This record gives sequence, structure tokens and C-alpha cells, in this order.
Amino acid sequence: MAVVASPVGTRLLGGLPTSGCGHESIEDHEHRIGARPTGTEQLIEVLEQSGLRGRGGAWFSTARKWSAVARSAQGNAVIVVNASEGEPLSAKDQELMSRRPHLVLDGAAIAAEALGATDVVVYTSRRNAAQRVLDRALKERGRARVPDPPIGVVRTAHRYIAGESSAVINRVSGGQSKPKFSLYRAADRGVDDRPTLVQNAETFAHVAMIARYGSEWFRKLGTRESPGTALITLCGNVRNPGVYEIEIGAPLTAVLDAVGGVVTPAAGVLIGGYFGTWLPASELANIRLDPDSLRKRGAAFGCGVIAMLPRDGCAIVEATRVLSYLAAESAGQCGPCVNGLNALADAMERIAMSTAERDDIDHVRRWIDMVRDRGACHHPDGAVGMLASALKGFDEHLTSHLAGRRCSGLEANGFPPPPAPGDRWR
Amino acid sequence: MNGSATRRLRINPTLCEGYGYCAELVPELITLDDWGFPIVSSRQIEDENVLNLARRAVATCPRLALILEETATTET
Repeated sequence: MAVVASPVGTRLLGGLPTSGCGHESIEDHEHRIGARPTGTEQLIEVLEQSGLRGRGGAWFSTARKWSAVARSAQGNAVIVVNASEGEPLSAKDQELMSRRPHLVLDGAAIAAEALGATDVVVYTSRRNAAQRVLDRALKERGRARVPDPPIGVVRTAHRYIAGESSAVINRVSGGQSKPKFSLYRAADRGVDDRPTLVQNAETFAHVAMIARYGSEWFRKLGTRESPGTALITLCGNVRNPGVYEIEIGAPLTAVLDAVGGVVTPAAGVLIGGYFGTWLPASELANIRLDPDSLRKRGAAFGCGVIAMLPRDGCAIVEATRVLSYLAAESAGQCGPCVNGLNALADAMERIAMSTAERDDIDHVRRWIDMVRDRGACHHPDGAVGMLASALKGFDEHLTSHLAGRRCSGLEANGFPPPPAPGDRWR
Repeated sequence: MNGSATRRLRINPTLCEGYGYCAELVPELITLDDWGFPIVSSRQIEDENVLNLARRAVATCPRLALILEETATTET
């Protein structure tokens, strides 16, 4: 399977001048792919045939998500473009919004028309470099008289879970960007209790393309279960870190080769971001970048982060750093998340430093199971899933840590450290 | 046609502060974790006695965090 790596011609990012040249204007955008088609109810059927799945991380069927909103909407639905990208290792939505904002905005306007929505909201982090581009792009559309429904912008503090669906709804409804417990689905009661479609920015960009070129065109790339291309963020131990567009199903090694390869032979990879999965070096040759084959390996494509671990790196150490960050990024609302993640981080920090107490690893395994499925959102589940994969895939390292041997991975460079946790919730 | 109802406990973890009364009232469905917060089984409640205890637990929760979901569904 061919790897399509930017700047070679691609669907979402292809044909752009190389970095540093700003965004594609509405004129250039319409000249390249034509004016935005009108969204109709029939588009849901086209999306169904296209097999498009959500690119925010869950890879849920876009057609099914739209159908759920269509069923409960009575001309009062809300469309939310989720461009908050709280995942520290991910840059794909920011890249897309900075370079091709009109593709995303097209998709959102099409969705609004198809679902009879009265409002479109672009939800973005205040730290997102694409904010100014977004304002400019909206002005351009106004000047060019693109017949859009009203498109508003809601900004949020840059927090890890600010992009979680219920947190998005909470914030757009005027509250804090913290997850909220609800017995209802967003499609039934979302923003201000109205039927709401919360969807990742990249997914809207694919919608804009499918609405123009159809489902058959979309299926020319990718796998049967997951057609199309996807944006990935490649980082860590690689020569050319950045955002790339790949054909879904491409082998990881082929993607790496196409973009300059690794710096040192990789000791492993974290796929799918901080809620993702650590896989050891022995698996690298067999990884295909599609959600279904990754699931068979116990992994997930998630938001498309591929973080390569350098030769002298240690997944136990890096997973502990990520876990400590995620513990600090808890919204602090649910007992199992607050207590569980902090207790896990404490025990794992001792293990990472090779100063574990006798019960630490048993506690860690017990607590991993204990906190699962008990939060208002999946923050604790994502955190312990990531940790569990490191313990499983790197058991030799773990044994060495537990034996008290100091790990050289503590000083290794080349894997991005987590940022400082955020401090605000709006 | 026979009517069957869904009856199961749920918890709003953002309200719960770990008082733990619920686990004392319905140990059949609720245990406490290592920090005293309830682990609530979401399995269907068949036993009428357990159902009554579940109702009491819902009424007793100082934070009103416990929810008894009762959906009457009709199957053909």
C-alpha cells in the first residue's frame, strides 16, 4: 500500500506550499475544488456508503453519529467543530485549521444544512495557533458571501480533557471545560439541551471532500472498514517530526521510511497519544496504521499520534511521566480518577526511579482494574490503558526497575516530555 | 408480548464524595474501592429485596449521587 506523505499530492494537505505560508484563502480554496455544495439529508446516505469514521480518536461511524442527531433534531440542532486538540503530542487539527480552514468550515456548514442545525460553533483552544487564521477565514467567507449558517467561535483553556465531548458541551453551553455526567447522549441533549453533533475538525474536512467527490472516490484509498486518508502527528525519535497525511492501512515502517526515518533504532512506539498504547520494538515491523488492525494488537489509532521511543528510551519511565501529567490533568470531579490516578502515579514514580516498595507493582495492577469505567468521562480509562500497555509490552524493563537497577532511560533524550499541566478551566 | 423492565443502579461520580452508606445498604451491588468510593454494579436487578435496598440507598445518599434507572421496555 502506498504511503502518501505531505507535501506529495494528498486530499487534505496536498498541494499546499511548504510550511510558513499561511492558510489557503477562500478564493484559492474554491478555485481548487469548487464552491461548497449544499448539505442535504441524502448526504447521510452518502456518508454511510463512504464508510467515513470520526478522526477524533474513537473512529465511530460518522453516518451513524449524524443519523442520531437527525432523529432528535427539529431544526434546533447545534454543530460543534472540535478543534481543541488537548492532546499534547497531536498537532494535526492545528495544522489543518492553520492551512486549510475552509475545508473544515465547509464541512461544518454542510453538516448544519444536512441536519437542519441553526448554529455552528468552532471550539478551539486559546493556545491554538490557528485561532487568528480562523478569524480571518470567517471574515473571508463573509466577504465572499459563502451562504453559511451563523458560525461562532468558542475558546477554551488548553486542558487535556477540554476536548472530551461532554466537556465541549459544558463549555459551549457557557460552563467550564470539564466533563459532565449525563444520562443522555449529545445527539439528544447537548449544548443547551439541544441535539448536538460534536465532531473532530479533521472529520469535517473529509465530509467537505466527500460532499464534492462522492463515496466511491473516498473509498479509492484506505481499507474496506476504514476508507480514506488520515492525518497523523509523527514525533519523538524521528528525523522529521510533523503532521502527515497517510493512506489508512499503510505500514508504519513505510510511513517512517517515506518521511526520513528514525534517528536511532526505535525501542518502541506510543500510538494514539496519551490515551494510546505502547508497543515494543518487536512489533514495529508488523504495524499497519488502521484502527481495525491496531485493535487486533490491543492498540488503537486514536487521534493519530505516532510517538517513537529512542533506542535508549524506556517505556516504563515515559509512561510514568505521561501518567503523572494525566493525574494532574484530572478535572478533579470523580473520586476514582483523583484518588486512583494520583496513587498510581506515586507508585509508578517509585518504580520508574527503581526505588519501588514491595507492594507497589501489585497495587498498580490492582488499581488499574479498580478505576476503569468509573469516571464521568474516559480520562481514567485512557490513562490506565496507556499504563497497562507499557507494563505488558516492556516487562523486561519493568523487571529491571523492580529489581532496583537504575534505568538509563531516565536520562534518555528524544521522547517528548509532557507539558506543564494547565491552570484554568474556561 | 411480555413487558420487561430495565432496573439497574448508576452513579454520578461527579457528585459522589464517598460517604459509603450505599455500600452498607446494598453490598450485593455496591462495594468500596481502596479509597472508600463505591464501585457500583450495573447489572440488572432481579431480586425484589435487593431492589428495595437499592431504593433505600438512592434515598439515603447525602449527595443524591445514586440513580436507579428504571426503563419499562416492551418486547414482542
